[in-house]
Amino acid sequence: MKTDLTDTTASKINKALVQGRRAIGTPAVGMVLTLVVVTDEENAYDALKAANDASHEHPSRTLVVIKRVSRSPRGRTQSRLDAEVRLGADAGSGETVILRLYGEVSDHAQSVVLPLLLPDAPVVVWWSVDAPRDPAGDPLGALGQRRVTDSYAAEKPVNELRARAESYEPGDTDLAWARITPWRSMLAAALDQVSCEIVSAEVAGEESNPSVELLAMWLADRLHVHVRRAISAGPGLTQVRMETTGGPITLHRSDGAMATLALPGQPDRAVALKRRETSELLAEELRRLDPDDTYASALRFGVDRLGGIQSAAEREAERAEAAAQPPPSLPVRSVPDPAPAARAAAPAPPAAAPAAPGDAERPSPAQMPPVRKADPQ
Amino acid sequence: MSSSNPLRDPADRRLPRIAGPSGLVIFGVTGDLSRKKLMPAVYDLANRGLLPPGFSLVGFARREWEHEDFAQEVHDAVKEHARTPFREEVWQQLVQGMRFVQGTFDDDEAFERLRGTIEELDKAQGTGGNFAFYLSVPPRSFPVVIQQLKKHGLADQKAGSWRRAVIEKPFGHDLASAEELNKVVHEVFGSDQVFRIDHYLGKETVQNILALRFANTMFEPIWNRSFVDHVQITMAEDIGIGGRAGYYDGIGAARDVIQNHLLQLMALTAMEEPASFDADALAAEKTKVLGAVRLPKDLGRATVRAQYAAGWQGGEKAVGYLEEDGIDPQSKTDTYAAVKLEVDNRRWAGVPFYLRTGKRLGRRVTEIAVVFQRAPHSPFDSTATEELGANAIVIRVQPDEGITVRFGSKVPGTSMEIRDVSMDFAYGESFTESSPEAYERLILDVLLGDSNLFPRTEEVELSWKILDPIEQYWDKNGKPAQYPSGTWGPVEADEMLERDGRSWRRP
Repeated sequence: MKTDLTDTTASKINKALVQGRRAIGTPAVGMVLTLVVVTDEENAYDALKAANDASHEHPSRTLVVIKRVSRSPRGRTQSRLDAEVRLGADAGSGETVILRLYGEVSDHAQSVVLPLLLPDAPVVVWWSVDAPRDPAGDPLGALGQRRVTDSYAAEKPVNELRARAESYEPGDTDLAWARITPWRSMLAAALDQVSCEIVSAEVAGEESNPSVELLAMWLADRLHVHVRRAISAGPGLTQVRMETTGGPITLHRSDGAMATLALPGQPDRAVALKRRETSELLAEELRRLDPDDTYASALRFGVDRLGGIQSAAEREAERAEAAAQPPPSLPVRSVPDPAPAARAAAPAPPAAAPAAPGDAERPSPAQMPPVRKADPQ
Repeated sequence: MSSSNPLRDPADRRLPRIAGPSGLVIFGVTGDLSRKKLMPAVYDLANRGLLPPGFSLVGFARREWEHEDFAQEVHDAVKEHARTPFREEVWQQLVQGMRFVQGTFDDDEAFERLRGTIEELDKAQGTGGNFAFYLSVPPRSFPVVIQQLKKHGLADQKAGSWRRAVIEKPFGHDLASAEELNKVVHEVFGSDQVFRIDHYLGKETVQNILALRFANTMFEPIWNRSFVDHVQITMAEDIGIGGRAGYYDGIGAARDVIQNHLLQLMALTAMEEPASFDADALAAEKTKVLGAVRLPKDLGRATVRAQYAAGWQGGEKAVGYLEEDGIDPQSKTDTYAAVKLEVDNRRWAGVPFYLRTGKRLGRRVTEIAVVFQRAPHSPFDSTATEELGANAIVIRVQPDEGITVRFGSKVPGTSMEIRDVSMDFAYGESFTESSPEAYERLILDVLLGDSNLFPRTEEVELSWKILDPIEQYWDKNGKPAQYPSGTWGPVEADEMLERDGRSWRRP
């Protein structure tokens, strides 16, 4: 059932929730967490659908926070809260409240959300788009044990990863990280089967997909070898290749569904590695609510220490070079290469981004600085 | 598995436990269990990404099938019974490793072909010589198959690989036959390579008994004779014996259910806290408590057996056990059994455990009810507490998995009146609506070599030691009582509890 509340307050919403529950005859609450979804009107439908699907695995109270920006100056001075309370079949397997915030109150969303949190249950905040630069410092983010961002939805994912690494607090996590769990588990399973040393690795995937960088950073962090990031046409991640003393290990997926695993001295094997829906990623995210140290460690490895990633300084230089003498010898190995023009045209990232050593003077694995770990154990 | 894998990290809890390279050989692959449970479980595991790349499934049966026919059969079974949605790419991954070997259990040639198939799979799929043999076959075929495996070198583990045997209940029909069976199996497979499936132990709710007791503080302090009055463990089925007359007659409810499922549930309910959750520590505690089980002196008064008579079960007319096809009208086989057991240790002395199971009862339900003593003194007068029963914690194993806590509460109004209310925790409500099937967990554990959830030889033998005297007493004395189908058992069972001043819960 649905209840619409116009120009309302959190206590009226709470009352509507209790009344609604009575009306549909299920006064017991078995919900295990509160999921706060922060989104805009454009993405609200998809985000809510994903949250509802995920709630089948994790019954939750879902609070969707939509900030509406008024166009007129008069509208901006007025402040109003509208709410839509959904219970029963309309709300997955929990309760959903859609909160629309107009005017001044949209800067104080936490004051609306706080009274609506389930008592004593964990809180997860998910920004489906426009995550703040510092999730833990954000007033809404501060309410949650777990803060889920999605750097895939960002304009410049690589910059986003840099920002995430800078502002990381235990409890932060990113859907781009959840996307690579099947890849990680397959690669770990592959290494279970061979006993040789890994010399170097390369991860290929479409441009501006932060999952590719995250996977490369995880490999570099765990294996302590040099890892390159290569660009391919996609979809998503397409290949991981690890050079070992016994021969190459490759996991290759060209169609976003079926992958081939090749191990030295063993027959090639087909493995299912389908790209997953947002709801599945979210469900995975909600399964564990403790800090993800592995993510922290991979993130802190630093996107700029990967081979094949351009630093801000490099891009500047390259643009100048491209203007002077085409075609340049690019440091990026491209699988099919429609990229140089696009890259040259792309605006340089903000100068604030930390500069990294160029590709030519990149240290060999032995010279690389020790990896900073989130957890010394 | 190499422990030095740099990509594995205990702190990285997103990575699932994937089994190493391996394959599963199912004997009796055309049977019901295989179609309804095993094949769907294999698919569900693959779909959840828990099977290794190159996982192989080999079917062995008498039917004249090609590999394709077998794959088609698995495909149909998966489509019909799998828990997770059908996905073509997962199927494509699985189907590459599917083989079928045609033959009977005494056919040497067939076992040679099986060996050839396994060798071929090692080459084509990289299964690395690791195979589990699932014996989904009638008990009388166990020794034949086991011997054939030995004869054709299929049970030989090469260095760095494993061969395991998975066997289903019944593990014998009394202590002597169980010991005989164990001897046959252990002659060929090492004791740590034999996995006895008791699918109850794969259920989430059963594993949750341990979590409930040992991860919380509020239950364990009252989990003893100072507070508990008695414990009732019930497994009821609403169906009759169906087409299983040949198997069931002569076995009966006590051997079929109490010996394995109910005694395992009782062991988990009554055992002391294990030092850790590894297989050895768990088995040690379970063995200890099963060893402490004592039978009451007068078995006639502390046990009841019965057969279902004609009646109406849930709106359908049901025939009596003795009128079922293929059942001897003089049969003394029990379809209902209730026994009273005691656990002779400091925690439980004097607390009876009532175990009952039966077919054609009111509804299908399995539960463990821990019933507490009444409060020693009540400041309320007797009219106020007239409707108050005993407090209870009920672990609902299936269906509608969850936990119910029953206690007294004041009825709203001006007078003081206290009545039973129940507080409910439902799994489906708080956790995933589709928790994994028991067989998924158990097959994965077999492939991983994790024997936590499998009863050991000693447990099986101890269980028979508990049940054998009862069966012997029943053989010599009297005959089964009768109860109408669709009810909660014979009046004799009610009288048995009445003598102790208690009554059965209606589950």
